[in-house]
Amino acid sequence: MKHIIDNLSKLFDSRLRLGIMAVLMVNDKVDFNALKEYLDASDGNLASHIKALEKHDLIIVHKQFVGRKPKTSYEATPLGRQLFQKHLDGLNNLISNVKQ
Amino acid sequence: MNTQEHLNQLTEIKSLMERSSRCLSLSGLSGVAAGSVAILCGSYAWWYIGNGTFASPVTVTNHFLALPVNSQTFLHLLMVAAFTLVFAIGSAFFFTWQNSQKKGLKIWDASTKNFLINLFLPLIAGGLFSLALIYHGELYLLASATLVFYGLALLNASRYTHKEIRYLGISEIILGLVSMYFIGYGILFWLVGFGLLHIVYGLLMYAKHEKV
Repeated sequence: MKHIIDNLSKLFDSRLRLGIMAVLMVNDKVDFNALKEYLDASDGNLASHIKALEKHDLIIVHKQFVGRKPKTSYEATPLGRQLFQKHLDGLNNLISNVKQ
Repeated sequence: MNTQEHLNQLTEIKSLMERSSRCLSLSGLSGVAAGSVAILCGSYAWWYIGNGTFASPVTVTNHFLALPVNSQTFLHLLMVAAFTLVFAIGSAFFFTWQNSQKKGLKIWDASTKNFLINLFLPLIAGGLFSLALIYHGELYLLASATLVFYGLALLNASRYTHKEIRYLGISEIILGLVSMYFIGYGILFWLVGFGLLHIVYGLLMYAKHEKV
């Protein structure tokens, strides 16, 4: 049982972080407003979770200017993808173990 | 955390992945509407080429292939084709818009944009190809070319919407390829591909995703 729990990385212990990673797994680049809309989150809350994910190199932040407006978009890193996939597998295992 | 919570989490992750990457507003009724328009307009063209009768497909095809590209009849048929296209796209858009309202989804987001770009790039290529066929007077390939290109366009865009679109695309491609060997029956293949298949897959999608 222990090794299964290990896979449930502490990094993904919040609902919002799971959501951010889920969206970034299936989309190349997503901007802040789109993320906000999908996840139904407040600016501050979303920003702080993004910062945490960025700090651990799970996502990369792209900043660019569209005309004069700054536009920030996010992308999952290979490491982020790998860890999130592991996390999903962990969840799946846990559930199928209980079902048996 | 207990199992139920883990299960909820997984379900939520899955739904988020779907919602953020696929245009789920696309309504089955759009297919039914576009298919009905295609059948009405296609039948009208059949009747018009047959001089006010529904002549046999082979006779109609022979009439059609004998038409000079700059004749009044041919121009009239081009107008009918343009009207069909506009009306089919318009009605498809209307039902999809209605569906997005009903489900509280945003109609214009990144997935809709991806869907439309990936649909229209091969579709426009197919349209230009078909115009070139007309330019060279090779009308006998029109039904097959439009079906194959339309199928490829659907297949290409299907990554960004409901799974059924993928199978609709594959069906259109197969139908188009088969029609190459039955040149005299182009109008029938066209009615099945753009009319019947749209209606059938539209109803399937409606039953699966929209009926409550």
